[in-house]
Amino acid sequence: MLRYLLHKLALIIPTVFGISLAAFAFVRLLPGDPILALAGERGVSPERYNELIHQFGYDRPYVVQYLEYLRQVLTGDFGISIATKRPVLGEFQALFPATLELATVALIIAVLIGIPAGIFAAVKRGSWFDQATMGVALTGYSMPIFWWGLLLIIFFSGYLGWTPVSGRIGLQYFFRPTTGFMLIDSLISGRPGAFRSAVSHLILPSIVLATIPLAVIARQTRSAMLEVLSEDYVRTARAKGLSPRRVVGLHAFRNALIPIVTTIGLQVGTLMAGAILTETIFSWPGIGKWMIDAIGKRDYVVVQSGLLIIALIVMAVNLIVDVLYAVINPRIRVQ
Amino acid sequence: MTDQSAGESASGALAAGTRRRALAEFWHYYSANTGAVIGLFVFAALVLMAIFAPLISPHLPQEQFRDSLLTPPAWQEGGKPMFLLGTDAVGRDILSRLIHGARYSLFIGLVVVVFALVSGIVLGILAGYFGGWVDALIMRVMDIILSFPSLLLALVLVAILGPGLFNAMLAIAIVLQPHFARLTRAAVMAEKNREYVTASRIAGASHLRLMLRTILPNCVAPLIVQATLSFSNAILEAAALGFLGMGAQPPIPEWGTMLATAREFILRAPWVVTFPGLAILITVLAINLVGDGLRDALDPKMKRS
Amino acid sequence: MRTKLTFAAALLAATVIGGTAQAKQLVYCSEASPAGFDPSPWSGGNDFDASSRTIYSRLVEFEHGKTSIMPGLAESWTVSADGLEYTFKLRPGVKFQTTDYFKPTRDLNADDVIFSFERQWKKDSPWYEYLPGTGWEYFTGMGFPELLKEIVKVDDLTVKFVLNKPEVAFLPDLGMDFSSIVSKEYADQLQKAGTLQQFTQKPVGTGPYQFVDYQVDAVIRYQAWDGYFGGRQKIDDLIFAITTDPAVRAQKLKAGECDIMSYPAPADIAGLQADANLKVDEQEGLNIGYMAYNTTQPPFDKVEVRKALNMAVNKQAIIDAVYQGAGQVAVNPIPPTMWSYNKDIKDDPYDPDAAKKMLEEAGVKDLSMKIWAMPVSRPYNPNARRVAELIQADYAKVGVKAEIVSYEWTEYRERGKAKDRDGAFQLGWTGDNGDPDNFLFLLGCSAIGQSNYAIWCNKEFEDLLQKGKATTDVAERTKIYEEAQVVFKREAPWLTIAHSKVFMPMNKKVQGFVMDPLGIHRFDGVDVAE
Repeated sequence: MLRYLLHKLALIIPTVFGISLAAFAFVRLLPGDPILALAGERGVSPERYNELIHQFGYDRPYVVQYLEYLRQVLTGDFGISIATKRPVLGEFQALFPATLELATVALIIAVLIGIPAGIFAAVKRGSWFDQATMGVALTGYSMPIFWWGLLLIIFFSGYLGWTPVSGRIGLQYFFRPTTGFMLIDSLISGRPGAFRSAVSHLILPSIVLATIPLAVIARQTRSAMLEVLSEDYVRTARAKGLSPRRVVGLHAFRNALIPIVTTIGLQVGTLMAGAILTETIFSWPGIGKWMIDAIGKRDYVVVQSGLLIIALIVMAVNLIVDVLYAVINPRIRVQ
Repeated sequence: MTDQSAGESASGALAAGTRRRALAEFWHYYSANTGAVIGLFVFAALVLMAIFAPLISPHLPQEQFRDSLLTPPAWQEGGKPMFLLGTDAVGRDILSRLIHGARYSLFIGLVVVVFALVSGIVLGILAGYFGGWVDALIMRVMDIILSFPSLLLALVLVAILGPGLFNAMLAIAIVLQPHFARLTRAAVMAEKNREYVTASRIAGASHLRLMLRTILPNCVAPLIVQATLSFSNAILEAAALGFLGMGAQPPIPEWGTMLATAREFILRAPWVVTFPGLAILITVLAINLVGDGLRDALDPKMKRS
Repeated sequence: MRTKLTFAAALLAATVIGGTAQAKQLVYCSEASPAGFDPSPWSGGNDFDASSRTIYSRLVEFEHGKTSIMPGLAESWTVSADGLEYTFKLRPGVKFQTTDYFKPTRDLNADDVIFSFERQWKKDSPWYEYLPGTGWEYFTGMGFPELLKEIVKVDDLTVKFVLNKPEVAFLPDLGMDFSSIVSKEYADQLQKAGTLQQFTQKPVGTGPYQFVDYQVDAVIRYQAWDGYFGGRQKIDDLIFAITTDPAVRAQKLKAGECDIMSYPAPADIAGLQADANLKVDEQEGLNIGYMAYNTTQPPFDKVEVRKALNMAVNKQAIIDAVYQGAGQVAVNPIPPTMWSYNKDIKDDPYDPDAAKKMLEEAGVKDLSMKIWAMPVSRPYNPNARRVAELIQADYAKVGVKAEIVSYEWTEYRERGKAKDRDGAFQLGWTGDNGDPDNFLFLLGCSAIGQSNYAIWCNKEFEDLLQKGKATTDVAERTKIYEEAQVVFKREAPWLTIAHSKVFMPMNKKVQGFVMDPLGIHRFDGVDVAE
């Protein structure tokens, strides 16, 4: 196990360097000029421009800039946003809980609905339930979620007026963040109605973000279950007269769990990409919107460090999934 | 010399026979999936629509009817029969734009898949066949690409290259190709040490020939399935980029771009938002149905169950 | 039992809070996050709304809804005969806001005033670079480093500004956002603690509202400052709900999630006006949206070609489709609400046939050109791409083929400045003050390579421009500028597209909101009806 883990880590180190180099390179390749972007329509005098370029170190050779950047990152300093002059890490920490909450709730929705739906569809293979579920799942999988979000807003917020249009909680509720998770903070606050308000704000965005992972999980669960259900030992168990529920619940599902867990782990990247669109549509103050704004504003430092942090998170999650996988399935370690 | 060519043509005929039989078998499995057949028909209809767009569409996609701005669909109050699905903010017929938009979406899908497939296969073969540092280098680069959320990476790439249809396609292809590279590499690794490959190597076949003629055909099935998936993904990602203002630029009637420019009308003129999205959904759904059918028909494991 | 007790206590607390929850609240759906709460380093309207106009005050203030000056922190002032010395008498007893992060021990005095300016001016001040890369763009942009000679503390409540040269606009400049007065005591305290950055994150001023909390990219909270020298505001809690998408802002307003919003999308205005709960204030904007030809490149160096292209464009169609009627066709480079606007000038008529003929006569055949479209929405041009699409279609009718190009926003402006730029360039301008020179300087010879995107240097126009600057008599200046507009229209370096209207939709219960000609959103004096 340890050897496997070390092997995985050894593979990751060059990747991490590659990612940091890629983030660094991307940002230098972006057209436009961060100093001018900041100056706005009024421009900036050439002298001041040169001063600022020097101050931010953009006049040094790229190699020096990169090494300096690496040094900073390794000491936990992700730089200061050019636009707001706030530390990038601080901005990230302030915004990440919003994305994390959204993504977590979306993933919970996807798992809680996707797995049972997949299991039932597999057990009742070919039934109308199976066909309907798989039809819906494929539609969800094919959904342009930015459009789906707009439709939900038009219908539920605009037409029916059931859900709030945007934001994380009603503005009459004010408390400083404890966990950064609005659902938890609103409960801690003890203010009547706060939790309800937080839920009503979260519901549409999380449904939109859950759509694709839900579809993928349902489909994967079904095919994993089908595979397991056709294995000899399940047939044997059935032949032995075990109740179908026991067969499905105990034997089949446990064995189908391996591919399902992998699938869930792989959804993290999907969720991050989906968060960009979902947050844009719902004006959700998270890191997806933050990155889009930063790209638009040419905030070099935010784009660079944001890319790096997000890629590292995705990689860390993938590593955890790999390890989990190895724990569940010892055969993999030998390879 | 003559012997050999005779032998080759004989084996060719034999191969043609097997191929025909394989095709029949394939269709047998494929047609068993009703959804896949429907998907195929819809897809074929979309392709025809794209090809014959100038003939079918009632108006030119860029023609502006200045006296009919934001006309609702024909069946709604205030709609005009000449604009079946209504008009947009500068008075262009939405139906005509959607029909022409099919050209862009299918074109995007095709170009992206071809680019991603070719580059992915080449990289995958190189990595799998040569191994060692070539493999390590290529696969680390693929790992790096895959560690960024696809849309985020595509966004940054487009920001670097400049917004536009071609750059968007390039960015999406780069983002999608690691999947092909990984698939090909895995297949090559698996096949590389099989007896028949070793045999051809001993017989003196060149590296290139070995890879292209011997190994590659054996990993065609998963690649086809992946290609279909990528096709629909490419359309979705291109639309998302267009929606974020980084894809095709107006007045190109690309569906995502149409949605982006329509966003300000979600309250006032929902139809300019509804139809482009529906077009994307239907197209992507059709392709995914075909993809499912292909997977079922090509994957022997699934056939069994 | 114990849990019951705490529950009861919580209930009690809730009722107590409920009792104070009668607080009057105003929610403003704003368009962007502020970069920070220091009023001086930044230049965006949204930065000013969130800092200088809520938290701070200045020596002099603009009258609500006007560009005229009235006393602020300075009760009165005198100007020396040579126009070089301005002496201000400060209002006594002005209190800086007391917050949980700062308790002031003294009232506003001359030290605060001097500090407020010197931190932007003296490079040896530790505050000059307290935010890495601060440009103090407005301070330098208004020419203060060259203008100011010294600022002298005469006594605690008297401060004297000594200038290097007379400046007519000095008083209005002191009413601008960058001239907001900050607390030196607070700054010293932060300097001692070594937390200079906090100055922009946790602001302290003398304005009508004090800062409470900011959740990045989401919500800013303020509360009325009890000790405000202008009297406590009627609103207890002022909340900025940051909502970047205009359609979402409109929906939030309709749903009652906010009470007032900035910059509605033109498409939403009719719907907002129709809503029984809402009212939509409107005002002519102090702006111009234009498209500048490159007058140095053939065939656009010929006046006839530029005129012909102007005549090919159906500007009313642009007003209808892009501004959704919320604007008017622009004739002159300055808006009609500005003094010296020349009403006698006739616009080039929309006449594609004549335009075609003029092009032929000028020897222009098969012209293909580029139309530049800004990638961003601006009040003077809400959708430059759509404008470009309309012009493209109009040009096609006179046989001119146009290609639309666009770049990232900073790159767009940089490329547009190039002297050999290919094609016609869309941009616009919003005025900083009420002066015509603030618009016409865009076309001056010295502005080539900066803000003169027509690369147009006309001797006659330039002479008038210089003459206007050197003249103080308004009647005389009016005449000069009227003539300059005649020259402009004759030479047609721009296609003048539109002056847009500015709208401020709000709930009917919002009272006393006054629209500002310079596009500032001020909430002092605003009330909410029960």
